[in-house]
Amino acid sequence: MAVKVSIPTILRTHTGGEKSVDAAGKTVLEVIDDVESRHAGLKARLVKEEKLHRFINVYVNDEDVRFSGGLEAEVKDGDTLTILPAVAGGAR
Amino acid sequence: MLQIRRELVEEIVAHARRDHPDEACGVIAGPEGSDTPERFIPMLNAARSPTFYEFDSGDLLRLYREMDAKDEVPVVIYHSHTATDAYPSRTDVSYASEPDAHYVLVSTKDRDRHQFRSYRIVDAVITEEPVEIVE
Repeated sequence: MAVKVSIPTILRTHTGGEKSVDAAGKTVLEVIDDVESRHAGLKARLVKEEKLHRFINVYVNDEDVRFSGGLEAEVKDGDTLTILPAVAGGAR
Repeated sequence: MLQIRRELVEEIVAHARRDHPDEACGVIAGPEGSDTPERFIPMLNAARSPTFYEFDSGDLLRLYREMDAKDEVPVVIYHSHTATDAYPSRTDVSYASEPDAHYVLVSTKDRDRHQFRSYRIVDAVITEEPVEIVE
């Protein structure tokens, strides 16, 4: 369980209020699946049609994974995965 | 209810006027659990659009890390509408994902008079709330 996953407020209902959970995996998808196995319901908020939901940003350490392979982005032991819903909106 | 210092209201309105006709956006952070807006943080609208705003994803990460380090949360999330009223759009509702935040909307559609209103947006339900400006 060598990856730390940081959970945003709106998804903490799935983790019993925990802000951070430990997980394992070699890609973002594997880590998400691993967290899902212990905290059911989280994956559906993050993944839509086998891609990361448009409104959700996921970072491995400091890098937004949309620039490094999305769900296939590599994750290594000691990495931190941060999940942050996009802050966006507007009149349109 | 949103209780907010006058100078913070003025900073939000000034930001909205400055960025008009693009939408302005930002956060006012406050200590976790206090529900008190304290620290004004204007953000770049990475969309630079008159009808859409989005925090740049790198800015977003830095913002949340900084708030986390200071035990702060985003008490107010604000943005402006530049040609329509200060009421949350369907887009605003679909993106709203901070259930504890006060969503402040400013309208700069009239040059002489701005609108400043605040809402809670929880589970896709909009509830307007009174704004109490404190000195």
